[in-house]
Amino acid sequence: MKKEFVQVISQKEIAHQIFELKVQGEVIAEMTSPGQFVHLRVSDSFQPLLRRPISICDVDVESKTLTMLYRKEGAGTALLSQKREGETVDLLGPLGNGFPLDTLSSGQTALLVGGGIGVPPLYYLAKQLKRRGMNIVSVLGFQSEQDAFYNEKFAEQGEVFISTVDGSLGTKGFVTDVLKNEDINYDLLYSCGPTVMLKALEAQIPDANGFFSLEERMGCGIGACFACVCHVNGGAPSDYVKICSNGPVFPIGRVAL
Amino acid sequence: MKKLSVSLPGLEMKNPIMPASGCFGFGKEYAEFYDLSVLGAAAIKAATREPRFGNPTPRVAETHSGMLNAIGLQNPGVDQIMENELPHLQSYDLPIVANIAGSTEEDYCEVARKISLHPQVSVLELNISCPNVKEGGIQFGTDAATAAALTKKVKAVSAKPVYVKLSPNVSNITEMALAVEEAGADGLSMINTLLGMRIDLKTRKPVIANKTGGLSGPAIKPVAIRMIHEVSQAVSIPIIGMGGVSSAEDVIEFMLAGASAVAIGTANFVDPYICPEIISQLPELLEKMNVNHITELIGGSWKECGTPSLSR
Repeated sequence: MKKEFVQVISQKEIAHQIFELKVQGEVIAEMTSPGQFVHLRVSDSFQPLLRRPISICDVDVESKTLTMLYRKEGAGTALLSQKREGETVDLLGPLGNGFPLDTLSSGQTALLVGGGIGVPPLYYLAKQLKRRGMNIVSVLGFQSEQDAFYNEKFAEQGEVFISTVDGSLGTKGFVTDVLKNEDINYDLLYSCGPTVMLKALEAQIPDANGFFSLEERMGCGIGACFACVCHVNGGAPSDYVKICSNGPVFPIGRVAL
Repeated sequence: MKKLSVSLPGLEMKNPIMPASGCFGFGKEYAEFYDLSVLGAAAIKAATREPRFGNPTPRVAETHSGMLNAIGLQNPGVDQIMENELPHLQSYDLPIVANIAGSTEEDYCEVARKISLHPQVSVLELNISCPNVKEGGIQFGTDAATAAALTKKVKAVSAKPVYVKLSPNVSNITEMALAVEEAGADGLSMINTLLGMRIDLKTRKPVIANKTGGLSGPAIKPVAIRMIHEVSQAVSIPIIGMGGVSSAEDVIEFMLAGASAVAIGTANFVDPYICPEIISQLPELLEKMNVNHITELIGGSWKECGTPSLSR
């Protein structure tokens, strides 16, 4: 975990407002755990002031190259989307705890469920699990076809199901509709996406085993500011976890969504 | 580095820099980034009598050159802090400022009595200025007589010097400062955050769950400078200055305004290395300014001309 000015290798818009940013730097060699994130400073002025947490989508440890996917939404990500090849970005990371990779054994099946900008960290996870001999089934949910990305890349890792809210690609509806319609056999569930999606998953599969990666507004990203705390299930009212430093990945059921 | 040392009641600091309370947790996170012994001191997160979860999320919102926060004094309670959070700090050469908060005078006194006896704690910082809890701070911080009464009670039970952290959300901060000085405060820290709000255009509701939050960051620096400039001329106790400090130049500006030490808050969230970076830049900056010792700067903005500022 350190701060480094990493160099932009490439940046392109791969779907509507979704950017793929590749950077290179020494610290990237440490990014071996899928599910961790980096905290980027997008401006060297005070505007915007805080860093932006971005998930790790893929890492090539050999060439120390990190791929990030993010949605251009506010002023911070708009500035980030203007970074060009050769420019540098102030990166703090890797931060947080990633998905455990040793819960399954070779030959078992991992179900990966991602929604929107929660999809990217599942790609690095899929690659790592596949390398360990596990079967990958991915269910990816987007608003519409123009928002969808990385379908082919996930297809290289295993079977892929897509849902879009408007039905323009794959199943019309949500990831939960795919799970209802398809008879998918799996041993462990890994999911990342908006809290409403994780809640719906929890309701639909009450006995699910696996891991959720959570999102929340962050301040520092390192556990010091207490901005991103959550209540835990079955704990005292004052018990909590911090998404940035205790998570963002938690066993399903641990955090009160 | 001797030219950076400052001496305040209960605080022998090798340099005037400390992380501000609420922006440094209990130090563990930042200890992963650097040796905490480089700091002049450190102010730890507020302790209350009982554990507190704090406010619902979202708790933070970004603003122009600043941020709003409404954490709500989340902490594991004074007993847990003394047992679990303070011991790891003994491995550093680091004076600790223990920030304390409460809902009643009895709460404050109980926390003060306990935590002031801890060997790691050098001084107390009486938090009467947290804007984010209905009870536990600000109601003691906006009325001079109430603030003075609380200061007197805490002073009576504290085994260590007591600094009072003042709120900028008052019409006359000098009146507050004079009242707590008269009541026995050993020093002041100022300023806490300014009460603010942001509204989301999509939801048409406040961004922060608590609705209001405390504004911090570079946006509030001029307010802090003005208040320190004013208060430092009226009181004879030292001031730990804070409010949007993010560079070595800012530290100099705060000391010229009248601060004897400087706390760094929000900037720690932007750059976890900010405190050691500023400390390492200070000697060169002093040299450029032809200053032999950093204490020469204290109050330099008003001492030089020797004329009292206009009172408000």
